[in-house]
Amino acid sequence: MSTLIAVLFDGFSYGMLLFLLSVGLSVTLGLMNFTNLAHGAFAMLGGYVTYALVESAGWPFLATLPLAFLATALIAAVFEAVLFRRIYKSGELNQVLLTIGVVFASYAVAAFFFGTVHHSVDLPDYLKGFVEIGDLKLPAYRIFLVIVALAVTAGLILFLEFTRFGAMVRAAVDNDKVAGGLGLNINAIFALTFALGSGLAGLGGALAIDILFIDPNFGFHILVPVLIVVSIGGLGSIWGSFLAAAALGIFDVAGKFLFPDFGPFLIYLFMVVILFFRPNGFFARR
Amino acid sequence: MKKTVTALLTAAATLLCGAAFAQETVKIGVINAYSGQFADPGAQLDAGITLYMQQHGDTVAGKKIEIIRKDVGGIAPDVAKRLAEELIVRDKVDILAGALLTPNALAMGDVSAEAEKFMVVMNATTPVIITKSPYMIRTSATASQINGNFGTWIANQGVKQVYTMVTDYGPGIGSGTAFEEAFKAAGGEIVGQDRTPVVNPDFSPFVQRVAEADPEALYVWVPGGTQPPALAKALAERGITPENTKIYGQGELTDDAALEALGETALGIITAYHYNVHRDDAMNDEFVEAYRAANDGRDPDIYSIGAYDGMAAIYKALEATGGDASGEALINAAKGMTWDSPRGPIGIDAETGDVVQTIWIREVQMVDGKPANVIIDQVENAK
Repeated sequence: MSTLIAVLFDGFSYGMLLFLLSVGLSVTLGLMNFTNLAHGAFAMLGGYVTYALVESAGWPFLATLPLAFLATALIAAVFEAVLFRRIYKSGELNQVLLTIGVVFASYAVAAFFFGTVHHSVDLPDYLKGFVEIGDLKLPAYRIFLVIVALAVTAGLILFLEFTRFGAMVRAAVDNDKVAGGLGLNINAIFALTFALGSGLAGLGGALAIDILFIDPNFGFHILVPVLIVVSIGGLGSIWGSFLAAAALGIFDVAGKFLFPDFGPFLIYLFMVVILFFRPNGFFARR
Repeated sequence: MKKTVTALLTAAATLLCGAAFAQETVKIGVINAYSGQFADPGAQLDAGITLYMQQHGDTVAGKKIEIIRKDVGGIAPDVAKRLAEELIVRDKVDILAGALLTPNALAMGDVSAEAEKFMVVMNATTPVIITKSPYMIRTSATASQINGNFGTWIANQGVKQVYTMVTDYGPGIGSGTAFEEAFKAAGGEIVGQDRTPVVNPDFSPFVQRVAEADPEALYVWVPGGTQPPALAKALAERGITPENTKIYGQGELTDDAALEALGETALGIITAYHYNVHRDDAMNDEFVEAYRAANDGRDPDIYSIGAYDGMAAIYKALEATGGDASGEALINAAKGMTWDSPRGPIGIDAETGDVVQTIWIREVQMVDGKPANVIIDQVENAK
């Protein structure tokens, strides 16, 4: 019984990591209709911000997390204003080509500054090792990860559904011409949305270091699982991404536990089955 | 008439000198990954070659050594084969060397056999490579050499049952099989076997299976890089530590980067390896110091030492043949050779041409407040 709970918890917490990494893409892809394959590169940026602050400046791990979010959001906003804004209307192929180019460039930049080897960060003692509940041993860091992911989910849903800015974003997405005519500054709204989505990726990247480690390939590494989560969850749906990530994590971990020989294939099977019956994912916004 | 004779003599002299001059050079064609995914180990391998020549000069037995480097770019046996052929036909190299990756080494071996050229495998560890050419030697290690001897050693420590977890691709399966066979032959029992995906960022389900089986000992093989610390961390987080389950693995599991990431959770892990950067030995200290000086402070690793000893083997074989660089002469000189290397005593097996060396058994212990690999035993003349 305790093994079953431990496996489910491992799966769920892995899913929560995927959720943090992909929810930002769900927002930009779903709300802005912008195919941003560079999402993983922004996640990597957040990871390196945390790594640099912890290892070079001696900051405590927790204090670096808001900065990983802010720094990534800021740099993403610059990219949006300089590069991405120009291709919102120019078709998916152009978007894919430009953003994948950004991932390649990010590899070279990261390798230049941080080397090709992988890095990890020193966690505070209370996030190391495991917490014992009866005869159940749960990794302390993963408990922390789950708490952060739940907080982010709640915050995002409240923000987009119940605030004035959230309403402006939804209005701008549904019909940008009318929204613009009503006096909304569409460019600023899109830039902020993009920065928010990328900032969340940066936070996800910082939180991923302890489980996936950080190296210049990070942007490519997480692209596939992140795209699976977004497509299963349904574009633009935070709740959908949450469910998809949780299901994917549990399915992946439980599958590898029960059938180790087929484990790696199971998540693809899972994706095929889901998309076969719900081609737009769990909760598609459009 | 006199003029003609002089002209003829001059021409003859020039030709003779030219011929003699050509004889003075031994060309070594190095096929290595200088770009792409394996550029980093490729650079370490190349630095080993460079350092050896820096320390020992570029002249052996009156011959000048010339290195011709070719970039194979990654796992590309077809490219490796073409480069090897070009090196022999166009650049007229006498010796093929490098062979960072197994598929490339196999392709180069075919060319070496066909052209009857001496070949030195400086890294690839798959056992079968050595059978590809009768003119081939290896100066790195073989997967079975490390893990087979390790399996026997573990059984001799009184360990009865081991659960194995290896990466699901050639090197992992080869190492795991060598380990299991040796361990069983020495009276041990394998109580569980798992294969983890090559690209697998999350080890938790596999570790959970081990936790459930609760074996006496666990043997793991994962490729170097991000996986060793990730795996060791996953084990520690689920309460599998050397205190309750003995953990064994190949040296990569606790290399410096992994130890840095793991900290105290690595204490007690026992690994087997053929090279220890930190082994206290005058020759090794000197080698490490020179290597760091030449490479911005970076430590040498298994790639560097494989190439360093590969060059040592070439130099020693050339000395023995008096500069004769034909494949036949060099392989006969190289087989059965022994010498002292920074890694410890090393030799070339007289029958197979494969490397014979000491396998070091190390345990992670605290040294000056930091976890380090401390040698606790050794298997000498391991084949």
